[in-house]
Amino acid sequence: MSQKTCECQESKCQNSDIDCATVKQMVAAHEKKPASLIPVLQDVQQEYGYLPREALDIVARGLNLSVSNIYGVATFYKQFRLVPQGEHLIKVCHGTACHVAGAEGISVVLRSDLDVEDDETTDDMKFTLESVACLGCCSLAPVITVGEDTHGRLTPDKAKKVVSKYAK
Amino acid sequence: MPSKTKVIVGLGSCGLAAGAKDVFSAFEKELASSKVTAELGQTGCVGLCYREVLVDVITPDGKVTYGEVVPKMVSRIVEEHVNDGKPISEWIALDDNGGEEAPFLAEQKRIVLRNCGQLDPEKIDDYLAVDGYKAIEKAIKKMAPEKVVEEIKASGLRGRGGAGFTTGLKWEFTRNAPGDKKYIICNADEGDPGAFMDRSVLESDPHSVIEGMLIAGYAIGAGEGYIYCRAEYPLAIERLGKAIDEAKGKGLLGDSILGSDFSFNIKIKEGAGAFVCGEETALMASIEGRRGMPRLRPPFPATSGLWENPTCINNVETFANVAWIVNHGAKEYAAIGTKGSKGTKVFALTGKIARSGLAEVPMGMTLKDVVFKVGGGMKEGGEFKGVQIGGPTGGCLPAEIIETEVDYDSLTQTGATMGSGGMVILDQTTCMVDLARFFMSFAQNESCGKCVPCRVGTKRILEILDKITAGQAEEADLETLKVLAVDIKASSLCGLGQTAPNPVLSTLRYFENEYLEHINEGYCRAGVCADLTKVVISQKLCRQCAVCIRHCPVTAISGARHELTEISQGDCTQCQVCVATCPWDAIAVVSPRSAEFKDEQSEESAEVTTE
Repeated sequence: MSQKTCECQESKCQNSDIDCATVKQMVAAHEKKPASLIPVLQDVQQEYGYLPREALDIVARGLNLSVSNIYGVATFYKQFRLVPQGEHLIKVCHGTACHVAGAEGISVVLRSDLDVEDDETTDDMKFTLESVACLGCCSLAPVITVGEDTHGRLTPDKAKKVVSKYAK
Repeated sequence: MPSKTKVIVGLGSCGLAAGAKDVFSAFEKELASSKVTAELGQTGCVGLCYREVLVDVITPDGKVTYGEVVPKMVSRIVEEHVNDGKPISEWIALDDNGGEEAPFLAEQKRIVLRNCGQLDPEKIDDYLAVDGYKAIEKAIKKMAPEKVVEEIKASGLRGRGGAGFTTGLKWEFTRNAPGDKKYIICNADEGDPGAFMDRSVLESDPHSVIEGMLIAGYAIGAGEGYIYCRAEYPLAIERLGKAIDEAKGKGLLGDSILGSDFSFNIKIKEGAGAFVCGEETALMASIEGRRGMPRLRPPFPATSGLWENPTCINNVETFANVAWIVNHGAKEYAAIGTKGSKGTKVFALTGKIARSGLAEVPMGMTLKDVVFKVGGGMKEGGEFKGVQIGGPTGGCLPAEIIETEVDYDSLTQTGATMGSGGMVILDQTTCMVDLARFFMSFAQNESCGKCVPCRVGTKRILEILDKITAGQAEEADLETLKVLAVDIKASSLCGLGQTAPNPVLSTLRYFENEYLEHINEGYCRAGVCADLTKVVISQKLCRQCAVCIRHCPVTAISGARHELTEISQGDCTQCQVCVATCPWDAIAVVSPRSAEFKDEQSEESAEVTTE
């Protein structure tokens, strides 16, 4: 992996894969107050797919918050992840309509097929598997999303086929 | 105005999930070379989610809605209908004379959903053309703020987010609270699984919500509003953003609105995935950038809310009612509904129902009419077992009380709640104990952890339910369940904990026999609880075609074509794909009450002994 050097001269950021100027810009784009924390973290995660430790240091200094405070917020909300995610994020909907339509069967099969548990990523970094509460497409239950694409009216074997298309 | 042909594709989330984008592109291509020029447009969701993708074709002869459109149907629609003016009758879902889906709309009274599926949500002119922003104009020019509050109070509108507090009173408290800076918050953190009316309104008619917030701002004396929307709803956020920009461009948001001294701005805050943030004090903590944990009330947000300023929080659906009330008058609104619940309620009909989608009905309609008249009854001949209403912390009601009227008070009496209006229709394939376990696991996951009854209590309940669904419980566990449930309700800090035991209490009240069957006989009548059932192949019926082997996603079936096939119970995940795909109905889920189960059981113990 290529290592980027950091222009900010701050010891923490050096030799990191995080471009700290980008993170600083994200912080600067918001008002310097605690209320900006969640939007800034959302921007960071949008960029990197997760919240890299080094980025959190920059956010902490930029918003004048402690890293422990940020850690508390980042671990409270499900959206945030502290480890890199796979190329394709698979969300298996476990809303009520999907549950009664057999969502658990889909999760069981995908877990076994990809050999991961929920919230884990495959060794080849291709897929991250997640169970989510409701995607709001209840009339198509059971539903999964792979990245931005929604797939509905599934059965466990159809779900497996859908996912295999992304494996290439 | 010359009548022009229009083709409009429903591009709400359900439409998109069903493939509306491809249908839209197909029309783009076909219409580029069509004989008759037609304008291609988009709209939101009309509520017929079960027939998505929906396409309207509007010609001088009228409007026709096609259902379940796929790209390969597009060329025929363009050729026969757009070019030659001949609608294709076998694909029609709705037209000016009715159509097969007409009963779905006939029983509805659409106030909140008045514009959904009727206009392009990304064009403010479409909204203005249906008297959009007329209500805020009427309020500013003709009504004093106090008068607006009075009007909303007189309408009887109650909060549509779940608790059902009188909206006008909330406005009055916030208006009367001391403080120069006041806030309006629109709660669009629609976390209830199985409820998607807020998403649909925001995607299909964002201006009606913005106008409702403007009116609230004017009435209360607030200059700033926040819309707190789930991050899981990217399309709603995008369309809201566009709508806010357009409204600003027309001088309907910002400083000195419509030339008055009333100024109002709206910001969108994206949630980050925490169900508890639907609770108002948690939601405000989240906007402030903190962990979304609820706090004790009082003080209520009306006196000390966002950054300790007086704040009025209402739900999306509540705001979507407001402009209609101001335009039509409180009297007309109050004439709809029951004594204690005025107006209409939007329900998200899902589960084993024929027409799953969004329906808005007058308060006071019976559950039976909602399910059978509007929803078209059960799907694929399923047997109506009950309805789960009010979201994950609502209740499960059995067929016997299907005559219950849907209003706040009647539903509370049954042990369910109105909640946000999710209605999941259940049939004989739903196990009520498993369903209670599912909701409890949801509540346990989403408990913020601040107060002990909710954090620890939901965990203990979940453990007992796990035991019951695994067939390892005793009858005494039911008593413990009841005690825990009642205690958690009484002692939790916020609405999440106070309602979390509802699914357990309501299933115990109406479906206790199923709990007892699990405990005493190890029997799950729905064939859902994996520890109490087995999937077996009847060697008598099996024709050795090996279809099941091909379909089994976990390769748990051994054998081959023209050979004996067998399910390895250790590998089987009971996903039941084989049951569904076997052409000979030779594979079945069996319970301890059936002979096959016992055969399997004795074979297994025989294996164990020989080992």
